[in-house]
Amino acid sequence: MYSEKVMDHFTNPRNVGDMEDADGVGIEGNPTCGDTMKISIKVVDNRIVDAKFKTFGCGSAIAVSSMVTEMVKGKTLEEALAISKEAVADALGGLPPQKMHCSNLGADALKKAIEDYKSRQKK
Amino acid sequence: MKKYYFDHVATNPLHPDVLEAMMPYFKEEFGNPLSIYEYGSKAKNAIEEAREKVAALINSKPAEIIFTANGAEANNFALRGIALAKQNEGKHIIVSRMEHHSILNSARFLEKSGFVVTYLPVDKKGFVSPDAVRKAITKETVLISVTHGSSEVGTIEPLKEIVKVAKEKKIIVHTDAVATTGNIPVDVKDLGVDLLSIAAHQFYGPKGAGALYVKQGMRIVPLIYGGIQESGRRAGTENVPAIVGMGKAAEMAKAELQMRMDYLKPLRDRIINTLTEEKNVFLTGDRENRLPGHVSFCVEFIEGEAMLLLLAAKGIFSASGSACSSKALKASPVLLAMGVPAGLAQGSIVFSLGMGNTSEDIDYLLKEFPAVISRLREISPFAQGWGDKDGGESCTVKK
Repeated sequence: MYSEKVMDHFTNPRNVGDMEDADGVGIEGNPTCGDTMKISIKVVDNRIVDAKFKTFGCGSAIAVSSMVTEMVKGKTLEEALAISKEAVADALGGLPPQKMHCSNLGADALKKAIEDYKSRQKK
Repeated sequence: MKKYYFDHVATNPLHPDVLEAMMPYFKEEFGNPLSIYEYGSKAKNAIEEAREKVAALINSKPAEIIFTANGAEANNFALRGIALAKQNEGKHIIVSRMEHHSILNSARFLEKSGFVVTYLPVDKKGFVSPDAVRKAITKETVLISVTHGSSEVGTIEPLKEIVKVAKEKKIIVHTDAVATTGNIPVDVKDLGVDLLSIAAHQFYGPKGAGALYVKQGMRIVPLIYGGIQESGRRAGTENVPAIVGMGKAAEMAKAELQMRMDYLKPLRDRIINTLTEEKNVFLTGDRENRLPGHVSFCVEFIEGEAMLLLLAAKGIFSASGSACSSKALKASPVLLAMGVPAGLAQGSIVFSLGMGNTSEDIDYLLKEFPAVISRLREISPFAQGWGDKDGGESCTVKK
């Protein structure tokens, strides 16, 4: 039911963990099923140099989190904000239709992490 | 890679002896049981022999067995057939929240057709209380349907007590015994039920064969109209090989029932005893009144589908009632009815054992499953800092 890439990122997830000195943290959840993603980012000169995640959810939720943290590394904040749910799903070789909305929270969690970073900068 | 099948509530493999009994009816004995020449009479006799064997398994008369295509059809037939037959006496039926979709969705269909349905609450172990049944009965009640045992949490219901309550008011009782028949003793006279659903593939028979026991003298409206098969109560050319297979499987289940239970229970209890030692792993359902090969847990902080996938990668096949593992993306209504919090229900996992499982299979499961739990908890944002609680008997008693 899942693509090879989804299974790869699910069984060997990249960038799992918390970040003690994170510059921004975003948490996104799906209230219906409880899927929850936490993404932490490290920013240097307007560029995301590191990203980590922790996720409660199904196989695709974990694969999406892993993929987003991979995609975002080295990108400027503007480029990172432009990453769409569809782009994440495409990079994974597609997601089953029923999983497209419920498990595809990575891009939203990332946006929240960037917003968190920006609000911290204003202080 | 070796395969470890722990999903016997989904279906069982066909017993080789059952297949052997079926084979002639795929080949040389292909006749239509209604035909008056030799081919027909041989097929007809084979069906009647199977009927006797299925009847013997549940202690009914052969004439009280109506063959169906599966358990779901038997359940639909029971609810709709009795509701329609009795609608002039009342339009209220009672079902429990432990029921299979084929009961619940039949009940919903009847609601749309003008019936009133009461959905009985259950306690944290999944028991339907006879007292709740008594309170739900009205002057309009024509049918009560409560499952004999739950394939999701393994709980075996106090059916005799429920029937006793129903019979005080002379109300018809149906039970979905798909998960229990062939796995624990099922005796329609002892239980006192009027209708009972069975599926052959739950006791090493073929898919495509089920039956509804209908007590002698009970009027039931058919689901399928047509010819005179099954005494006019279920039309259509019979699935002769599957029915023959169901008969053979029933005969074997009756002969081996005690041996099967004695084999499965220790395997089951070993898994339960070992895994409830894990932190934040909670048994669902009752420990004592439980299907012999049934193990079910809620594992906190992680999700069922993710567990199923990692287990499958190790050759272990099991089931979950989590929302994410269901096609409809809805958590198991049974777990929610038992009061399991939605987040914890996401951690549902079910291992159902069968006669093909060995003690070595259990060793392997007990080695691999805790590793899967740890691996997913490392990824989970909840596993950290929530404070460990001891595992235990029921996931609804904590907090």
